[in-house]
Amino acid sequence: MSSKVVEFPAIWIAGAACSGCSVSLLNSISPSIQNVLVDPVLPGKHVSLIFHATLMAGQGEPVVKILRETISQKPNEYILMVEGSVPTAEDGLYCTIGKLDGEEVVMKDMTAELARDALAVLAVGTCSSYGGIPSGAPNPTGALSVADFFKNEGISTPLINIPGCPPHPDWIVGTIAHVLINGLPSPDDLDEKLRPKAFFKDLIHDNCPRRAFFDAGQFARNPSEPGCLYEIGCKGPYSYADCPSRQWNNGTNWCIGAGAQCIGCVEPDFQDKLAPMFTKLNEDALERFKIKTR
Amino acid sequence: MSTKITIDPLTRIEGHMKIDAYLEDGVVKDAQCSGTLFRGFEIFLRDRDPRDAQRITQRVCGVCPTVHGTASTLNLDSAFGIADKVPDNGRILRNLILGANYIQSHILHFYHLAALDFADVTAVADYSGKDAELNSLKDFIARGELSPFVPRYEGDYRFDKETNQELTKHYLTALEMRRLSHEMLTLFGGKMPHNASVVPGGVTEHPSIDKITRFLWRLNKLRYFIDNTYIPDVIAVAKTYSDYFNIGAGPGNFLSYGVFDLDGKSDDYTTRKRLIPQGAVEGLSALKKLNTDSITESIKHSWYEGEDALHPTKEDTKPNARKKEGYSWIRSPRYEGKVYEVGPLARWVVSYLSGQKQVKEALEGCMKALNIETKDLNSVLGRHAARALDAKLIADSMADWVLELKAGEPVCVAYEIPEESEGMGIVDGPRGALGHWIKIKNKKIERYQLVVPTTWNGSPKDEKEQSGPMEQALIGTEVKNPENPYELVRIARSFDPCLACSVHTLNIKGKKLGALRVV
Repeated sequence: MSSKVVEFPAIWIAGAACSGCSVSLLNSISPSIQNVLVDPVLPGKHVSLIFHATLMAGQGEPVVKILRETISQKPNEYILMVEGSVPTAEDGLYCTIGKLDGEEVVMKDMTAELARDALAVLAVGTCSSYGGIPSGAPNPTGALSVADFFKNEGISTPLINIPGCPPHPDWIVGTIAHVLINGLPSPDDLDEKLRPKAFFKDLIHDNCPRRAFFDAGQFARNPSEPGCLYEIGCKGPYSYADCPSRQWNNGTNWCIGAGAQCIGCVEPDFQDKLAPMFTKLNEDALERFKIKTR
Repeated sequence: MSTKITIDPLTRIEGHMKIDAYLEDGVVKDAQCSGTLFRGFEIFLRDRDPRDAQRITQRVCGVCPTVHGTASTLNLDSAFGIADKVPDNGRILRNLILGANYIQSHILHFYHLAALDFADVTAVADYSGKDAELNSLKDFIARGELSPFVPRYEGDYRFDKETNQELTKHYLTALEMRRLSHEMLTLFGGKMPHNASVVPGGVTEHPSIDKITRFLWRLNKLRYFIDNTYIPDVIAVAKTYSDYFNIGAGPGNFLSYGVFDLDGKSDDYTTRKRLIPQGAVEGLSALKKLNTDSITESIKHSWYEGEDALHPTKEDTKPNARKKEGYSWIRSPRYEGKVYEVGPLARWVVSYLSGQKQVKEALEGCMKALNIETKDLNSVLGRHAARALDAKLIADSMADWVLELKAGEPVCVAYEIPEESEGMGIVDGPRGALGHWIKIKNKKIERYQLVVPTTWNGSPKDEKEQSGPMEQALIGTEVKNPENPYELVRIARSFDPCLACSVHTLNIKGKKLGALRVV
């Protein structure tokens, strides 16, 4: 059986990140994280996670070498996953990820190097998809999304965004499975923000269990009150993700389920343009969705 | 003979970290710890709605977001004048949400971050039993794809084959257990990482009977795992690697802000009744009352200019990378001008000397079982043991708290954001003492400051040339094989460093730092 398994090498590097995307991936249910790491995640296909700084046993120069070896030995074979945005100010010195041959390895430079020869790049989380938290005004580190970074560097490797702060583990594992089963997604599989439509097609507001309160004009005025949370800042009418039906953490709950406003963490406009988080949306923003407010 | 060992990156921690150790004749004479990522939370928090700090500061760290959420919420409660008005349901739910992530974090740390330094996963290659998970791991090893378990530092794996296989099985079971802790949390917190329901005034989720029951039964499973697997495994490591009770001693001073409010009627967080009490212990003996005015942050060896050793509410941020004495962007928090360690060990020492009954009983039992004295706790293994006991105490306490919830009663109190105000939120997280400070002007954040656990533990030398706790723990260590300095990574990981937290402000390194102008 062992001989039939094809290895799909994967490298996970982190830039301006909090490790929340990694921790969310650990929360995967079916397949579990041990299935993802150890088992062929689909028959005959195993994702070999050859670099992940939070999980890997090794440390220091030997593990940094793995990155360079992968580029030279397995070009166009490996998937690159990026957690966190890419700090570009000051030549990227706001984030270094190791030392090799006496030189600091700058995250920005290694990302470009790895990305150029990758089969595909997955931007995992809102920071790498759209800039996210570290890029908040005044963006002190020049933190860029992978897409914007690629534009600057002239990199054209296929890119898929899996936003969310953090992304649901199903979104990460499901996107990897898509690549293993069908190959790289066609343009039809992604929306204009390069997100897989499979997970990000529907407006949260349209599938929200509190939608009936919105239609009936029954609004919560304070946290923990029943009713639609729109008047106290819910960004569900602006945000596309399947949270209401998928639910989080093995289906136990989700933000609005726990009485909390959606903060729009899957959207490119998170966090600056959707701020303040607990203040009603600017209704101009709703125009394009043709949503009638009360 | 002089040797310099650089470990960069130090993996299996949260975030980006580097260790430089300078050896003379095989013994560490000096050590420097640096973080290598800067994001600048305090900078982009300015001018925002104060309430957003609760959500944004959780994103400092995806491993320990909950304690940032808690510290930030306590901070906002105090700034909004409602610190003593949170309903009991809200207080208890916050404890349960925070406690669930404590358990998650401690299990993750021992098994998935630290254990690979002690247990040899490759022993599963010879597994001959029937466990499906171990057999799939055996197949995995047989395919020759050993990532992410190899390469690693070799030369000091001491367990026999069967024990290594058993510990590897527990590594896999622990992945499920930490996930279960998150599920338990989200019953009341909405989602994890980065919960949604903890807010100023209380919590937005209501404790229904079915949620209480679902919480309780997940907790029961976790308590069983802690009692029958986690604690026995820590004891097994402690017995087999018992020399690590003599390796990795920190400064011997311990600070705790206390955690898990047992009474919400006082608005003074330094004296409010908590499961783990507040306090400072100097030299493993004298217990002092916590006084947050005694906290200063030195910038002597950090790349900043300005007045040295100021209180967090008075600090300024003027980077100067050409500063000759600087070698880190982490500041050096000190208590009464002295070096203090924070974290589970610090909490347990403070609690022990405070006479906390459960702590006293558990710690005395543990020391007897391991045949060690109080002084041996200040070590690599002392930290692991304290962390495991911490998990047990918290899990057991949560089983009582969850039944104190009253379905149908309020969870949150309403408030107004003041035009101008100041606040402080202090609480211990899984990795130690965490403080948030806020200044509000025109209903917006004028200033937000965080002093976090790994800033304490991972700090550089201060104005009195005292090395930080991790540096002190590394200094004096004998490194048997500089090619495989497993002693150093075991010491560093015993602190459970969280770099995203420690470097939330300014912490970069590089050659062109003179050009930096971060304001």
